Amino acid sequence: MITAGIDMGSKTVKVVILKDDKIIGKAITLAGFEAREAVETAFAAALKDAGISKDDIKTIVATGAGKKNSPYADREITEVGAGSKGATHLYPGARTVIDVGAEEGRAIRCGEGGKVIDFALNEKCAAGAGAFTESMSRALEVPIQDLGELSLRSTQAIPMNAQCAVFAESEVVTLVHLKTPKEDIARAVHDAIASRIVSLARKVGFEPEVVLIGGVAYNVGFVDSLQRALETKVIIPENPEFIGAFGAALAAMED
Amino acid sequence: MKAHYGYKDGAGDFFIIIDTDNCIDCAEHPCVPACPESVLEIIEDDYEDIVASVARDQRKKVKYSCAPCKPDINRPPLPCQTACPFDAIEHSW
Amino acid sequence: MAEYWRWKEYNWHDENKDWRSGQLITAGVDVGSVSSQAVVMVDGELYSFSNMRTGSSSPESANAAMSWALENTGMTLDNIGFVIGTGYGRVNVPFSHKAITEIACHARGANFMYGPTVRTVLDMGGQDCKVIRCDDRGKVTAFAMNDKCAAGTGRGMEVFADLLAVPIEDVGALSLDVEVEPPPVSSTCVVFAKSEATGLLREGWPKSKVLAAYCSAMAHRIVTLLVQVGIEKDFAITGGIAKNIGVVKRLCNEIGIESLKTDYDTQIAGALGAALFGQNLLKKKLTQAEV
Repeated sequence: MITAGIDMGSKTVKVVILKDDKIIGKAITLAGFEAREAVETAFAAALKDAGISKDDIKTIVATGAGKKNSPYADREITEVGAGSKGATHLYPGARTVIDVGAEEGRAIRCGEGGKVIDFALNEKCAAGAGAFTESMSRALEVPIQDLGELSLRSTQAIPMNAQCAVFAESEVVTLVHLKTPKEDIARAVHDAIASRIVSLARKVGFEPEVVLIGGVAYNVGFVDSLQRALETKVIIPENPEFIGAFGAALAAMED
Repeated sequence: MKAHYGYKDGAGDFFIIIDTDNCIDCAEHPCVPACPESVLEIIEDDYEDIVASVARDQRKKVKYSCAPCKPDINRPPLPCQTACPFDAIEHSW
Repeated sequence: MAEYWRWKEYNWHDENKDWRSGQLITAGVDVGSVSSQAVVMVDGELYSFSNMRTGSSSPESANAAMSWALENTGMTLDNIGFVIGTGYGRVNVPFSHKAITEIACHARGANFMYGPTVRTVLDMGGQDCKVIRCDDRGKVTAFAMNDKCAAGTGRGMEVFADLLAVPIEDVGALSLDVEVEPPPVSSTCVVFAKSEATGLLREGWPKSKVLAAYCSAMAHRIVTLLVQVGIEKDFAITGGIAKNIGVVKRLCNEIGIESLKTDYDTQIAGALGAALFGQNLLKKKLTQAEV
């Protein structure tokens, strides 16, 4: 059976095509201001990657912030459902799934078989999501993809007082003017967002194994801060940003 | 005085409200040690009353500091409120 | 890049008054995160003030604001009997005798500026927003202060002024230049609201309409803070955003209450309140000295 999952995130759209439970095609594209077009583009690219046509797909399930506006979808599932399904399918021992995307952060506690027991969200505030690190990379004038490596070279932990992305940007600019090493500022940025994510995990009562998904999992500086704050290692799947779409495609298998 | 410490952001309202008119009658302030995250402290306010308040470094992050006491499922009574003999502490969320 | 959020600094003193005949001379210095004010009061009346941008250090900003308030008056610090520091940098006012929170000072200042009937004061500052309820003597009965989040503060408005390249003083009037009120931007968070606004501009919305959508979102957000603490008449608005007619008008429409008018500069409420606290403390000190 062939199914597809569409994850309409606020910044990027991801599409995964499954045959039985193997990924045969996937694609990601920027959501931009025309989200429907972005889905169409990503979907076409995933079909090409899989070497199939849309008619070969039995069921399509959408998830993500924009799921209600997704073309092609037969039905929708929540981001919490998709994330836990995708992560626990790969790691059946996972009991906590942490999902950090561009505009939202989540902690999900899972039971046997990926059943969601509890979850907590950071939403509608840039301070609790990837948007925070993006704002800070602009303030630091360091490309976002280099921010993680930079913070790994930090030699000291410094606090960040601002809890808002807008105020934190000014704090970062001030720190730069004071000649604070950029490495240490980068680490402070990651420590700040990690502490907010960890409080979500504590809210749901996290247990190992902890799986980290979402695009921010590529940021090695964030992962380092997160593991320090959680006092445990986290498992990061290959292609962490596709796990939501993967979970949606798995849900489609159940129809 | 109803002192609202905390904030409102995109995610919602996160205020710890201390009714200092009630708090002023308390000598022991058991709320302070009751909080596992050291959110509360005793201050002398602008009118020279000795009352509980939310510590300055906690005021912008109460949503996070209070999170472990507030699971969404089976939420137990809050330790700060349970400890307060004068019913002076309220949470907005 | 032009800084569209820069505003003008100013000072003032009462040229018709001779402070040398005054008995009680006190000052209040409000060092905020964006602006600093110094106020001098002579025998219960406003004598002089200054309003300027806060510099990189609180002590320097306090010194600068104080000397500017004293400019061309012939008065020096030595002539002032009591100085109170308030605001974000209140403990860093080098020449102050005491620090009092901006909450208490605002209530006291508003009581003076608007009269004893004022019960609710909304202070919309550069980096915070405060709702204060007070009694007929200007004593605080309830308050909430939001300085965590940039939305609903002058800073959020600065981000929009910058995005649209509109001088900050013109934002309010321009936002009222719309035939039909657009729906407010849906995101509260300034970062997200900014991307929303970028999308609206791409759709071809004029600047005035985008600003209208943001001003009404900001007004609504401030109303919810007012509701949290409770609104009681009379109602007064102080702080820098009080000068933004686009926010004030929409806010008053939403709550159905007009705000009180005053001839005083609304940005000096905190420093004025501090100088008033200073007056009581100076009287107390003088009485004790006599005994």
